[in-house]
Amino acid sequence: MVKRFISVRKIALAAFAASLVVAAPALAQRTAAYASARAAGEVGEKMDGYLGIVGAATPALRAMVDDLNIKRRAIYAEKAPAASATIEEYALTSGCLAISRTVPGEKYQAPDGQWHTRGAAAPMRDARCPG
Amino acid sequence: MTYLQLTKRAAAATLLPMGHNRQRKRGSTRRTMGSAVVLAASAIALSGCVSVNAPDKPIVIELNVNIKQEVIYRLAQDAGNTIDKNPGIF
Repeated sequence: MVKRFISVRKIALAAFAASLVVAAPALAQRTAAYASARAAGEVGEKMDGYLGIVGAATPALRAMVDDLNIKRRAIYAEKAPAASATIEEYALTSGCLAISRTVPGEKYQAPDGQWHTRGAAAPMRDARCPG
Repeated sequence: MTYLQLTKRAAAATLLPMGHNRQRKRGSTRRTMGSAVVLAASAIALSGCVSVNAPDKPIVIELNVNIKQEVIYRLAQDAGNTIDKNPGIF
Protein backbone atom coordinates (compact mmCIF):
# COMPACT_ATOMS: atom_id res chain seq x y z
CA MET A 1 0.00 0.00 0.00
CA VAL A 2 2.78 2.37 0.99
CA LYS A 3 4.80 1.34 -2.03
CA ARG A 4 1.87 2.00 -4.26
CA PHE A 5 1.43 5.47 -2.79
CA ILE A 6 5.07 6.27 -3.46
CA SER A 7 4.82 5.08 -7.04
CA VAL A 8 1.78 7.30 -7.58
CA ARG A 9 3.77 10.21 -6.21
CA LYS A 10 6.65 9.38 -8.50
CA ILE A 11 4.36 9.34 -11.51
CA ALA A 12 2.91 12.67 -10.46
CA LEU A 13 6.40 14.12 -10.11
CA ALA A 14 7.41 12.75 -13.50
CA ALA A 15 4.29 14.28 -15.05
CA PHE A 16 5.11 17.60 -13.42
CA ALA A 17 8.68 17.46 -14.71
CA ALA A 18 7.39 16.63 -18.18
CA SER A 19 5.03 19.62 -18.08
CA LEU A 20 8.01 21.84 -17.24
CA VAL A 21 9.88 20.52 -20.26
CA VAL A 22 6.83 21.22 -22.45
CA ALA A 23 6.53 24.74 -21.04
CA ALA A 24 10.21 25.47 -21.56
CA PRO A 25 9.99 26.32 -25.30
CA ALA A 26 8.05 29.45 -24.31
CA LEU A 27 11.36 30.84 -23.12
CA ALA A 28 12.86 30.45 -26.58
CA GLN A 29 12.67 33.10 -29.26
CA ARG A 30 9.77 33.43 -31.69
CA THR A 31 9.44 30.67 -34.23
CA ALA A 32 10.23 31.61 -37.83
CA ALA A 33 6.55 31.18 -38.76
CA TYR A 34 5.40 33.49 -35.96
CA ALA A 35 8.10 36.08 -36.67
CA SER A 36 7.28 36.19 -40.39
CA ALA A 37 3.51 36.32 -39.74
CA ARG A 38 4.04 39.32 -37.45
CA ALA A 39 6.32 41.06 -39.93
CA ALA A 40 3.88 40.41 -42.78
CA GLY A 41 0.98 41.78 -40.74
CA GLU A 42 -0.92 38.49 -40.89
CA VAL A 43 -1.24 38.48 -37.12
CA GLY A 44 -1.57 41.44 -34.81
CA GLU A 45 -1.62 42.33 -31.15
CA LYS A 46 -5.14 42.75 -29.78
CA MET A 47 -6.05 45.06 -26.90
CA ASP A 48 -7.06 42.13 -24.72
CA GLY A 49 -3.55 40.71 -24.57
CA TYR A 50 -3.96 38.03 -27.21
CA LEU A 51 -3.00 37.67 -30.85
CA GLY A 52 -5.49 38.03 -33.65
CA ILE A 53 -5.52 37.11 -37.33
CA VAL A 54 -5.67 40.28 -39.40
CA GLY A 55 -6.58 39.09 -42.89
CA ALA A 56 -7.83 35.77 -44.19
CA ALA A 57 -7.38 32.95 -41.72
CA THR A 58 -5.64 29.88 -43.06
CA PRO A 59 -5.77 26.68 -41.01
CA ALA A 60 -2.04 26.92 -40.34
CA LEU A 61 -2.32 30.53 -39.20
CA ARG A 62 -5.30 29.71 -36.99
CA ALA A 63 -3.47 26.78 -35.40
CA MET A 64 -0.40 28.90 -34.67
CA VAL A 65 -2.37 31.81 -33.21
CA ASP A 66 -4.51 29.47 -31.09
CA ASP A 67 -1.40 27.74 -29.77
CA LEU A 68 0.29 31.02 -28.87
CA ASN A 69 -2.86 32.38 -27.25
CA ILE A 70 -3.33 29.23 -25.17
CA LYS A 71 0.24 29.61 -23.94
CA ARG A 72 -0.32 33.29 -23.23
CA ARG A 73 -3.46 32.54 -21.29
CA ALA A 74 -1.65 29.89 -19.26
CA ILE A 75 0.97 32.47 -18.31
CA TYR A 76 -1.65 35.10 -17.49
CA ALA A 77 -3.46 32.53 -15.36
CA GLU A 78 -0.25 31.74 -13.54
CA LYS A 79 0.88 35.32 -12.96
CA ALA A 80 -2.42 37.07 -12.28
CA PRO A 81 -3.21 35.47 -8.89
CA ALA A 82 0.33 36.18 -7.70
CA ALA A 83 -0.29 39.84 -8.51
CA SER A 84 -3.76 39.77 -6.90
CA ALA A 85 -5.41 40.40 -10.24
CA THR A 86 -7.85 38.65 -12.53
CA ILE A 87 -6.66 36.97 -15.73
CA GLU A 88 -8.49 39.64 -17.75
CA GLU A 89 -6.80 42.48 -15.88
CA TYR A 90 -3.39 40.92 -16.30
CA ALA A 91 -4.07 40.14 -19.96
CA LEU A 92 -5.28 43.68 -20.70
CA THR A 93 -2.16 45.13 -19.08
CA SER A 94 -0.01 42.78 -21.14
CA GLY A 95 -1.95 43.86 -24.23
CA CYS A 96 -1.11 47.51 -23.51
CA LEU A 97 2.56 46.62 -23.29
CA ALA A 98 2.59 44.22 -26.23
CA ILE A 99 1.03 46.93 -28.44
CA SER A 100 3.63 49.42 -27.22
CA ARG A 101 6.36 46.98 -28.16
CA THR A 102 5.19 46.41 -31.72
CA VAL A 103 7.68 47.59 -34.31
CA PRO A 104 6.83 49.56 -37.47
CA GLY A 105 5.04 47.35 -40.00
CA GLU A 106 3.38 45.11 -37.41
CA LYS A 107 -0.37 45.17 -36.83
CA TYR A 108 -2.15 46.13 -33.65
CA GLN A 109 -5.75 46.70 -32.59
CA ALA A 110 -6.58 50.31 -31.77
CA PRO A 111 -9.30 51.36 -29.28
CA ASP A 112 -11.73 51.71 -32.22
CA GLY A 113 -11.43 47.94 -32.70
CA GLN A 114 -9.77 48.25 -36.11
CA TRP A 115 -6.42 46.88 -37.13
CA HIS A 116 -3.75 49.49 -37.60
CA THR A 117 -0.22 49.20 -38.92
CA ARG A 118 2.35 50.40 -36.47
CA GLY A 119 4.25 53.37 -37.77
CA ALA A 120 7.10 55.37 -36.34
CA ALA A 121 4.76 57.16 -33.95
CA ALA A 122 3.40 55.65 -30.73
CA PRO A 123 0.47 53.29 -31.27
CA MET A 124 -3.10 54.30 -30.43
CA ARG A 125 -3.92 52.57 -27.17
CA ASP A 126 -6.64 52.32 -24.58
CA ALA A 127 -6.80 55.43 -22.40
CA ARG A 128 -6.09 53.28 -19.35
CA CYS A 129 -2.80 51.94 -20.68
CA PRO A 130 0.30 53.01 -18.72
CA GLY A 131 2.71 55.43 -20.33
CA MET B 1 -9.31 60.53 9.11
CA THR B 2 -9.57 58.55 12.33
CA TYR B 3 -9.84 61.73 14.32
CA LEU B 4 -12.77 62.90 12.26
CA GLN B 5 -14.61 59.62 12.65
CA LEU B 6 -14.12 59.64 16.39
CA THR B 7 -15.34 63.20 16.60
CA LYS B 8 -18.43 62.36 14.62
CA ARG B 9 -19.22 59.37 16.77
CA ALA B 10 -18.73 61.36 19.96
CA ALA B 11 -20.99 64.12 18.74
CA ALA B 12 -23.71 61.62 17.90
CA ALA B 13 -23.46 60.05 21.34
CA THR B 14 -23.98 63.38 23.13
CA LEU B 15 -26.81 64.39 20.86
CA LEU B 16 -28.82 61.19 20.99
CA PRO B 17 -29.92 61.26 24.64
CA MET B 18 -31.37 64.74 24.11
CA GLY B 19 -34.67 63.94 22.53
CA HIS B 20 -35.09 67.26 20.74
CA ASN B 21 -32.11 66.85 18.52
CA ARG B 22 -33.12 63.38 17.61
CA GLN B 23 -36.63 64.39 16.76
CA ARG B 24 -35.50 67.29 14.70
CA LYS B 25 -33.13 65.09 12.80
CA ARG B 26 -35.79 62.52 12.11
CA GLY B 27 -38.18 65.22 10.97
CA SER B 28 -35.68 66.61 8.51
CA THR B 29 -35.07 63.16 7.07
CA ARG B 30 -38.77 62.67 6.63
CA ARG B 31 -39.08 66.06 5.01
CA THR B 32 -36.23 65.27 2.59
CA MET B 33 -37.85 62.00 1.68
CA GLY B 34 -41.17 63.71 1.21
CA SER B 35 -39.75 66.30 -1.12
CA ALA B 36 -37.96 63.59 -3.07
CA VAL B 37 -41.24 61.76 -3.56
CA VAL B 38 -42.92 64.99 -4.68
CA LEU B 39 -40.05 65.65 -7.10
CA ALA B 40 -40.23 62.16 -8.55
CA ALA B 41 -43.99 62.38 -8.88
CA SER B 42 -43.81 65.74 -10.63
CA ALA B 43 -41.10 64.44 -12.94
CA ILE B 44 -43.33 61.56 -13.99
CA ALA B 45 -46.28 63.89 -14.41
CA LEU B 46 -44.27 66.30 -16.57
CA SER B 47 -42.81 63.68 -18.89
CA GLY B 48 -46.23 62.19 -19.48
CA CYS B 49 -45.16 59.00 -21.17
CA VAL B 50 -41.95 57.05 -21.53
CA SER B 51 -40.86 56.25 -25.07
CA VAL B 52 -38.33 53.54 -25.77
CA ASN B 53 -36.50 53.61 -29.07
CA ALA B 54 -34.37 50.75 -30.36
CA PRO B 55 -30.79 51.92 -31.10
CA ASP B 56 -29.95 51.97 -34.79
CA LYS B 57 -26.38 50.84 -34.08
CA PRO B 58 -25.52 47.38 -32.77
CA ILE B 59 -24.95 47.33 -29.05
CA VAL B 60 -21.27 46.76 -28.28
CA ILE B 61 -20.59 45.30 -24.89
CA GLU B 62 -17.27 46.46 -23.52
CA LEU B 63 -16.18 43.54 -21.35
CA ASN B 64 -13.11 45.23 -20.01
CA VAL B 65 -14.85 48.42 -18.96
CA ASN B 66 -14.67 47.47 -15.32
CA ILE B 67 -10.91 47.20 -15.29
CA LYS B 68 -9.56 50.31 -13.63
CA GLN B 69 -6.56 52.27 -14.79
CA GLU B 70 -4.96 52.00 -11.35
CA VAL B 71 -5.04 48.20 -11.62
CA ILE B 72 -3.31 48.34 -14.99
CA TYR B 73 -0.65 50.68 -13.62
CA ARG B 74 -0.07 48.38 -10.68
CA LEU B 75 0.34 45.35 -12.95
CA ALA B 76 2.47 47.05 -15.63
CA GLN B 77 5.84 46.21 -14.11
CA ASP B 78 4.93 42.58 -13.48
CA ALA B 79 3.39 42.11 -16.93
CA GLY B 80 6.43 43.72 -18.55
CA ASN B 81 8.71 41.21 -16.83
CA THR B 82 6.46 38.36 -17.94
CA ILE B 83 6.68 39.48 -21.57
CA ASP B 84 10.46 39.79 -21.30
CA LYS B 85 10.74 36.27 -19.92
CA ASN B 86 8.53 34.72 -22.62
CA PRO B 87 9.82 36.18 -25.90
CA GLY B 88 8.69 33.13 -27.84
CA ILE B 89 4.98 33.81 -27.44
CA PHE B 90 4.88 37.62 -27.26
